[in-house]
Amino acid sequence: MVKILVYPSNSLILSDLVTRFGHEPLTLMRVIRQKIKEVGIDSPPINVTPEDPKKGLKYAAVDVPSGVRGRMALLDPLIEEAEAAIIVHEADYSFGCMGCARTNELVKYIIRNKDIPRLELTYPTCDDEAREFVRKIRDFCESLTRKAEVLA
Amino acid sequence: MVSDDITKMVVLADSSPILPSELALRAYELSTDAIVKETCFGLIVTGSEKAVNETIKELRRLDPSGIFVKDRGFPPGDSRRCRAVRGGGPRPGFHQLERESGILPSISYGLETIDEPLDAKAQKKREKLKIGRFIEIIEEQSKEDVNG
Repeated sequence: MVKILVYPSNSLILSDLVTRFGHEPLTLMRVIRQKIKEVGIDSPPINVTPEDPKKGLKYAAVDVPSGVRGRMALLDPLIEEAEAAIIVHEADYSFGCMGCARTNELVKYIIRNKDIPRLELTYPTCDDEAREFVRKIRDFCESLTRKAEVLA
Repeated sequence: MVSDDITKMVVLADSSPILPSELALRAYELSTDAIVKETCFGLIVTGSEKAVNETIKELRRLDPSGIFVKDRGFPPGDSRRCRAVRGGGPRPGFHQLERESGILPSISYGLETIDEPLDAKAQKKREKLKIGRFIEIIEEQSKEDVNG
């Protein structure tokens, strides 16, 4: 089982398809759950711990908007753990403020620079595109399974 | 909350013949330790990892290609997310779910026909808008705006 970072990181479709094809999706919901369970945080995930800014500073300088660094602090464990990645473009729901926009760009940039297998797609708009979309994800997952078996 | 409970969302594609109430009934029948909440999109299942995964595995059998599952960070009814105490408005995460729910029937179709060969001729290519037609649209629209 390979840990696959999905982007948008809260995607239902990607999370489901990756699980269906036998791998572990790395999603933001898991990080949020961890934050909620953490003892000593009064109102998670709004409160931050002293560790969070440090994680954010790994990716963006101190003069970068704090929203970007805050978001990167949440995404850091996912990026660190990722063994492969699936990026879906044209996710209009991930549109937001400048913090969201810059984080989206930064995450994609970091994934592309990371030496891991990567699949880039766009959201399907019709049945035929959806079939192609599902098929590409299945083929990608199967190739990762074969690669993992060879390495094992 | 310091328990090891997990929460998962079970979302039905619009094309699925199953109703959220049927899913909920099936989940109750299973009698696992998971807590089930019926929603407009499907179910929210919470409990120990084993109980939740067991419930979801059984639920998926009802419609393997029409039931989609994802993790959820907050438990159901959490005051930081639940609309009941937030004074209305869409729940955080609603827009993502709404957008992806619209594509679920297509994804479901994709899963059902994944092993069928693709017919290249049958695939419709999206044609680019010709510049002449684009100018016509602009002119039509500007006339409508002036008259309207």
